[in-house]
Amino acid sequence: MLRTRVMPCLLLQGRGLVKTVKFKNERYVGDPINAVRIFNQKEVDELVLFDINCTSDSGTINYSLLEQITSECFMPVCYGGGVRTLEDFRKLFSLGIEKVSVSSLLFDSPDVVAQAVAIYGSQSIIATLDINLSKYRKKYQVCTHSGKQKRKYTPVEAAKYACSLGVGEIIVNAIHRDGTWSGFDQELISQISANVNVPVVAAGGAGTLDDIKNVVVSANASAVALGSMAVFQAKDMGVLIKFPKQTELTKILP
Amino acid sequence: MISIIDYGVGNLGSVKNMLKFLNIESKIITTAEELSTATKIILPGVGSWDNGVAKLTESGLLSVLNKRVLSDKVPVLGICLGMQILLDASEEGELAGLGWIPGEVKKFYFTPEQQTANKLRIPHMGWNVTHNKKQTALTQLNDDETRYYFVHSYHAEVANKHHALMTCNYGYEFTCAIHKDNIWGVQFHPEKSHKFGMALMKSFAEL
Repeated sequence: MLRTRVMPCLLLQGRGLVKTVKFKNERYVGDPINAVRIFNQKEVDELVLFDINCTSDSGTINYSLLEQITSECFMPVCYGGGVRTLEDFRKLFSLGIEKVSVSSLLFDSPDVVAQAVAIYGSQSIIATLDINLSKYRKKYQVCTHSGKQKRKYTPVEAAKYACSLGVGEIIVNAIHRDGTWSGFDQELISQISANVNVPVVAAGGAGTLDDIKNVVVSANASAVALGSMAVFQAKDMGVLIKFPKQTELTKILP
Repeated sequence: MISIIDYGVGNLGSVKNMLKFLNIESKIITTAEELSTATKIILPGVGSWDNGVAKLTESGLLSVLNKRVLSDKVPVLGICLGMQILLDASEEGELAGLGWIPGEVKKFYFTPEQQTANKLRIPHMGWNVTHNKKQTALTQLNDDETRYYFVHSYHAEVANKHHALMTCNYGYEFTCAIHKDNIWGVQFHPEKSHKFGMALMKSFAEL
């Protein structure tokens, strides 16, 4: 039986680790190497790392930091942020990154994504869709560049489009739930999950074990990413690198 | 000393990282000369079948590799695509594999009902438990809790069931590790499977 993956989703800013609320108000939460070491000891299923300024500020990928991270990471690592060329993919995979996530590249250079899929295989190329719910019209908007740029796609259209380029997995990141501890956007996750055949990872909003359970059982998420829950004691509390125990997760997950 | 073959389609970094962590000496090799003195070989690989086979052929290592493994009986461990290539052929491509272990590589096949009812998606991606099919040096430490990280859309189907080392269940039971004499192959990624992968790598190093 395939276990439902539950993974920390960590945000890099420069050489530090931060956590956001609705993609804003970055709060420093510590040293990424130290955090990764703890998650490695806890034997988490997988690790997702996003460099949140790399694309929007046209920064370069911090290879030296990633190399340090992967050298002591014995679980799969997914990296996203600032990936633009085939050379970027090549360097990341050679460091020991398993999966490279793309977002704006899907829309701006789809040929590069398709080429990366052809070379490294679908399983290694992940699409991350950052999706916001507009305040007044309550419409979903697919965004890139840390939520600053809007794309003319509905979530399902964007997911299908990403699959047509050959990506092997989709991370659905609900901006309006990010850092809120208020639960996943189950409607959004189930819409996408019902319309694609690749695994769908739910991100944005996890606050309790029940949230994790619900998004898997009711919204058909294949895997779950935890942001705040992995780096804070509780909502509005201090920094604490932690993770639900395997026994707790086994109890709630199918 | 473990020689990790770099033929341009590998997750070499992570294999080397884990061996280093375990204090097992290893080096990444690219030439026939280096291969001719190897005492243990890891054949990694990710990506598509034809690309993998073509790259291995282009590397110019094939004749030495065949000699080292088949005549000199040097232990070899294929990982992921590196395991699949040990077999004869694959539904994913046209080219012929190494054919060291008889068998083929098949795509996961699920009926539409199975797909809906069990939410079976392709690739098979994540942690899954394995079952030993025979007792060997590489599987001796495995128990009911043993799990590994998988990510693949195709799986081995060995012609001779004695060559099945471990199986795993995803929609149905499939062979996820193969073994014949000095030749070993695993579909999963031991280098990304925490203590379970470390135990397997250690056992391979101690062969």
